[in-house]
Amino acid sequence: MSEHTYVPESKFGKWFNDRLPLLTLSKHLQDYPTPKNLNYWWTFGGILTFCLVTQIITGLVLAMHYVAHADLAFNSIEHIMRDVNYGWLLRYIHANGASMFFLAVYIHIFRSLFYGSYKSPREIIWILGMLIYILMMATAFMGYVLPWGQMSFWGATVITNLFSAIPFVGESITTWLWGGYSVDNPTLTRFFSLHYLFPFIILGLVVLHIWALHVPGNNNPVGIDIKKPSKDTVPFHPYITIKDLFALLIFIIIFSAFVFFSPNTLGHPDNYIQANPLVTPKHIVPEWYLLPFYAILRSVPDKLGGVILLFASIFILLALPWLDKSKVRSAIFRPIYKQFFWILVIDVLVLGYMGAMPAEGLYLLIARIGTAYYFLHFLVILPVLSSYEKTEPLPVSISEPVLKG
Amino acid sequence: MDKPDKKTNRRDFLFTASYTVGAVGIGATIWPFIAQMNPDRSVKALATTEVDISQIEPGKSITVLWRGKPVFIKRRTESEISEAESVSLNELIHPEKDQDRVKKSEWLVMLGVCTHLGCVPLADKGEYNGWFCPCHGSHYDTSGRIRKGPAPTNMEIPKYEFVDSNTIKIG
Amino acid sequence: MLKKKLFAKFLFVFIIFNSNLLAAEKKLLHVDWSFKGFTGKFDRSSLQRGYQVYNEVCAGCHSMSLLSYRNLGEPGGPEFPLNEVKNIAASFEVTDGPDDQGEMFTRPGRPSDKFVSPYPNVNAAIAANGGAYPPDMSVLVKSRKGGADYIYSVLMGYEDPPANIKLDDGVYYNKYMDGNKIKMSKPLMDDIITYADGTKATEMQMAKDVTTFLTWAAEPHLEARHKMGIKVMIFLIILTVLVYLSMKKIWSRIDSEM
Repeated sequence: MSEHTYVPESKFGKWFNDRLPLLTLSKHLQDYPTPKNLNYWWTFGGILTFCLVTQIITGLVLAMHYVAHADLAFNSIEHIMRDVNYGWLLRYIHANGASMFFLAVYIHIFRSLFYGSYKSPREIIWILGMLIYILMMATAFMGYVLPWGQMSFWGATVITNLFSAIPFVGESITTWLWGGYSVDNPTLTRFFSLHYLFPFIILGLVVLHIWALHVPGNNNPVGIDIKKPSKDTVPFHPYITIKDLFALLIFIIIFSAFVFFSPNTLGHPDNYIQANPLVTPKHIVPEWYLLPFYAILRSVPDKLGGVILLFASIFILLALPWLDKSKVRSAIFRPIYKQFFWILVIDVLVLGYMGAMPAEGLYLLIARIGTAYYFLHFLVILPVLSSYEKTEPLPVSISEPVLKG
Repeated sequence: MDKPDKKTNRRDFLFTASYTVGAVGIGATIWPFIAQMNPDRSVKALATTEVDISQIEPGKSITVLWRGKPVFIKRRTESEISEAESVSLNELIHPEKDQDRVKKSEWLVMLGVCTHLGCVPLADKGEYNGWFCPCHGSHYDTSGRIRKGPAPTNMEIPKYEFVDSNTIKIG
Repeated sequence: MLKKKLFAKFLFVFIIFNSNLLAAEKKLLHVDWSFKGFTGKFDRSSLQRGYQVYNEVCAGCHSMSLLSYRNLGEPGGPEFPLNEVKNIAASFEVTDGPDDQGEMFTRPGRPSDKFVSPYPNVNAAIAANGGAYPPDMSVLVKSRKGGADYIYSVLMGYEDPPANIKLDDGVYYNKYMDGNKIKMSKPLMDDIITYADGTKATEMQMAKDVTTFLTWAAEPHLEARHKMGIKVMIFLIILTVLVYLSMKKIWSRIDSEM
């Protein structure tokens, strides 16, 4: 936000803006020059903001009725579902909202991968985004524990036990996480506290994410810099706001279809059974959005190895801007990268599928190949491509027709 | 651009329609978030309480919980009844006949909540042999009417009925 | 786009693979429930009969601790008239207290009371049922894969065991149960109860009615949800069309330049 010469028209506006330049900020957001060739894959930023706000508001309201106690949590959720005015609606929005949030964030991430939005000068935006994603996973995981059903309990047990793989201090760390010798009431109450806190940290990171975005401006489908702002860009309002709104409404229609007509499809039936520390469900599976990582975890026969690989698969993404050094951003002009991009998409889908299947026989083999490929993509294919790929010629500017090579 | 007026009109209509429909949607969305704070079904279902009054001696009272508030059920003595009935209305801050505050003159059933700021008054205290609120010094008589102090009105009479001679149903 | 075709092919194979796996699982009996679909509603009389089946057959062992008698009269449920709800509630002995002497006492139930459980606690239920806990039925339908169809299938799935399977005492063979073994004896047989509304109490009729009742118990706001859902969808489609037209209008300024 550099040299703003904006002066509000009204006297009060000017007085206020001199003391707190909110009107300058608002003006900046409205006029923010946005590439005019953005396609609908670029609408997910707005959609994600909507998701975060929806989750925070519905969560706030649910917390007014929820009781974070091992003996009461399950029944308090059912109390919300049965007795609280519109409680069923609020809870189904919140539960399905988590899935919709992840659906949107995955599209947002893969859009960034396809169009090279993580590359210079947008590395910080990417890293902030990844931190948001990691916090989202933590928040979602802890939220899933709160209903205190069988999947809540055993999911919490399995995931917290990951930390016991750490040499020497692992046991102490899990005991510390639990506040006891197993997942129990202290674990539930602290998860509730953190589940309430994290979204606000995410909100703060989102502000930074957008701030960092507004310094270099948006990437765009052809991935080249803006040459002539007057020709290549449009003001954010009303052009992008209305487009984002249209895409958001389509998204809300899909969201509503789940909430009103199939609210339990994305959940697991076992979570309608109250937590029982004596009986483990047959298949413990995380929510669908964590399945690829679950497959990676299980593909390693060694406890510590699996945990390391799991965390590596997430943290490797932080290094992405330095693994892919190709100067060309958009996959449109990178014929080979484009193919590997789609293979990666398939690989992640396959991993997700294997994460839902029992870890044995053919499933395990496929999961191992998928895991190996995942790392191969980031650690070998991307660095090699950046030096050897022959890219196609880039257009001169956004507003001028693409040069055919 | 040759027919600017027509174009503007259509655009205006479209935008106005979008705004209006959008505003209706936002309004409808806000309602569940407000309504959820109202008493829920399980709370509403507990809105009546039945009380057995056969064990109450004359001059004694019991306090029962109804909707989270205390209800005083007092079996009044003859002298308390006559005291309550003999007061002339123009002496009262909030004029109400004793007969209008009871169903059977022996039984006074009222919300034990001071109408000043919601404290629970003490029985058989105060200058009028009724109740006295220790919080800010309101005096009530044997009919639960405010006689002295900051409270603006008499203590409230809840909806109740005698199911039989020994049972009162409140609510 | 070759890539897109490949991707589509892959998805296709993926789906086939998936559905084959599903087919390998035991096919549940499929009933054309009235509560399925966008406008699905419960069959009121079936819900009322279902409650009767629950009360006379299941309630001896299975609790429904999350329901209250008042629920039976609430909109979207069996909708028994108010005085009937009161009579139903009053037919149960509810433990209340402590009274002024500090003693617990029993009194006739009120609509605001929760369904009375057959056993004082889980351990008592396990002890009385040969080591198997008869699950609480409040959200049973939602806690089983296959939902209503699964419950119905288990109720209808009792058979004589195949010759090669030996069953212990107190264990029964059921086609649809996991591992085919179930500790509940066949609960429904023709005419074990007499329906208040005169419907013939066949095994299939009772299984359907009680499953409908259990589905409502697990999802008491299903009808309200469907009704609101339809309204929301219609509203969203109208708004989306308006916003789409507005968007076209606004972008026409730019698109004409391009």
